[in-house]
Amino acid sequence: MGLDNRATETSVSFNPSSQEGWVTTKLDFLVNWGRANSLWPMPFGTACCAIEFMATAASKFDLARFGMERMSFSPRQADVLICAGRVPFKLAPVIRRIWQQMPQPKWSIAMGACASTGNGIFDNYAVVQGIDTIIPVDVYVPGCPPRPEALMYGIMMLQKKIMNERMADRSLRHEMEPDPTSKLYIPPALIDELSENFGNSVQQTRSGL
Amino acid sequence: MSDARFMPVLAGHAAASDTPAPATPKNVPYHGGPVNPSAEALQARFGDAIHRVDIVWGETTVIVERSRVNEIVRWLHDDAGQRYDYCSDITAVEFRDFERPIEVVWHLRSLPYRRFIRLKCLLPKGQPLAVPSVFDVYRGADWFERECYDMFGIRFDGHPDLRRLLMWEQYKEGFPLRKDFPLRGRFSRSEQLRQILSQNPEAKYSMEELSVLEAFDELPQDMQQRLGKGERVGE
Repeated sequence: MGLDNRATETSVSFNPSSQEGWVTTKLDFLVNWGRANSLWPMPFGTACCAIEFMATAASKFDLARFGMERMSFSPRQADVLICAGRVPFKLAPVIRRIWQQMPQPKWSIAMGACASTGNGIFDNYAVVQGIDTIIPVDVYVPGCPPRPEALMYGIMMLQKKIMNERMADRSLRHEMEPDPTSKLYIPPALIDELSENFGNSVQQTRSGL
Repeated sequence: MSDARFMPVLAGHAAASDTPAPATPKNVPYHGGPVNPSAEALQARFGDAIHRVDIVWGETTVIVERSRVNEIVRWLHDDAGQRYDYCSDITAVEFRDFERPIEVVWHLRSLPYRRFIRLKCLLPKGQPLAVPSVFDVYRGADWFERECYDMFGIRFDGHPDLRRLLMWEQYKEGFPLRKDFPLRGRFSRSEQLRQILSQNPEAKYSMEELSVLEAFDELPQDMQQRLGKGERVGE
């Protein structure tokens, strides 16, 4: 049936008595609506947050209601990177490589205090102080670990953010690698100097070590 | 044992028939108590190489001479009356007192005799931190010794592949569990991040690692070439 009735019109004409349904919309809205409701997450679980993430994906909280029913364990088929847990320095090049392998459009969620800030108790020689020092982050979900409701709230915030994107804004999808020859490049030593007053953890001495 | 069949070890099967059944000990004194018979056997056999025997909370600790560790562990493993067939841990201890030597600790367990013994050897400050490896006795000591080297900088002479285990192999800041190591590392956060991000995550393998050997044909061409030329990273 479907094959026989294929539309052959090459131009659009308005016929009020036709039974065909029509919807007019903005392309931005349509594309964003599609993207926001079919996010495929790439779980990057390293610690207890990953357990909460599994609970979120399981039947009781049911992440599939938000269009995330397919966990993508390959970064090449993923839309949103959910980093759940602390990231040690040894994993830093790994998570960056995974982020680079994900195709555009892509977003990321830092789930829990460790992925967002390093969590204070892991303020030591081995742990990255927040994954936003490695990859760009769209939504930070606080908590240690956050409950599934918190993660879902973060996901809904991300969906809202996606709904507000504009395709004309090219800068959203523009990826920049640090370029030492650029005038915008800030060398690490200067970052240390600038951030000292704002709690660069190397200069802090609250534990006396 | 040349017999290739798997022979399960029944715990305590070699112990004498009048040995009491295993039970959680009660009212164990801090010092003193029954000594592990292996400690006396060690004193009888190795004499001067056994410096001291302590019994702490019912467990026997034997302080041994550094240069004869491998020989002692080999004897404990092979002797029919000892049969320490399980090396459960190798680690080290550094104390806040700077005068006090660093201790390297071996935890050995004899399943057939139901015995536990702790060997220690003292490494005085100012001398090179090196002890003999027991890799040739216990293959399981491989990663214990690598971890101990990684965290404390103690070299295990005779270990075939002494590289860092927990930290990445090009880690330049020193040995994290030493008392003079600052909690947050020697370099600033951004410098630490810059160093690790400039590492190639795939360059951490050597041909000696079994999984790489097995999958060698599936590796990318450039990796095959690099590893085929005998490239080793992080030494």
